[in-house]
Amino acid sequence: MDITVDVKELPGKNGVRVVDLNGEIDVYTSPRVKETIGELIDQGHYDLIINLENVRYIDSTGLGVLIGGLKRVREHSGTVSLVCTNPQIKKIFDITGLVKIFGIYDSEASAGAAL
Amino acid sequence: MISPQHQPPSNVIELRLPSKAEWVGVARLAIAGIASRLDFGIEDIEDLKLAVAEAYTNCIQHAADDGEVRILCGIDPDKLTVTVTDDGKGFRGQGTDPRLADEPQERGLGVFLIRTLMDDVSYDVDPRRGTRLTMTKHLRPLTQDR
Repeated sequence: MDITVDVKELPGKNGVRVVDLNGEIDVYTSPRVKETIGELIDQGHYDLIINLENVRYIDSTGLGVLIGGLKRVREHSGTVSLVCTNPQIKKIFDITGLVKIFGIYDSEASAGAAL
Repeated sequence: MISPQHQPPSNVIELRLPSKAEWVGVARLAIAGIASRLDFGIEDIEDLKLAVAEAYTNCIQHAADDGEVRILCGIDPDKLTVTVTDDGKGFRGQGTDPRLADEPQERGLGVFLIRTLMDDVSYDVDPRRGTRLTMTKHLRPLTQDR
């Protein structure tokens, strides 16, 4: 019932940052994710890849953080791409219609290639 | 005489947890354990975890800091009825379909998820007593993709 947040640069894509999340994203842990995304945007990183491969659970507060980040980077013509293959997580993006808002990819490499 | 549809549940489990974010995960674990014991499928268990957590989150956002959230699980052979009650100020459970919005919305997704993932959902709002959300998940036969 916790989250770890790691940030790295995507190899071969200068300026693109990958936010690697591991754990569960809920009302307790989402502020940490929001803080990290906010700091990256403040530093001028407007193309973000959020890796949800090791996320076991996400709720509406987590979705809200991702939507908030997307709105901010769009002001700078940026993007937020998601890496996700977990069917339970993808289902949440499906039923909320967010699959049409975010680019959702099977790997960091495919997300990076689409930029 | 009580009609079959309105008979009280066979068994009841009640949880009383602090109205604080760090306890939401405990509610998720508890509801997963109960649903697993009742032989719900994995997907339905995930639906129940998310719906209960969303209801809990709404309680935290609308109730007093020192309040508590009460989760009542009514157990029947064919369904699980979860009632989540807080001492908040009249949260009505309004939420629009995010798929119809022109712009993605950061708020209101929780109520939409609850209504989508559960079979029956109702709210009882009383400004003096708080909000009571009752939601039901029916146990599907084994043949239905469990």
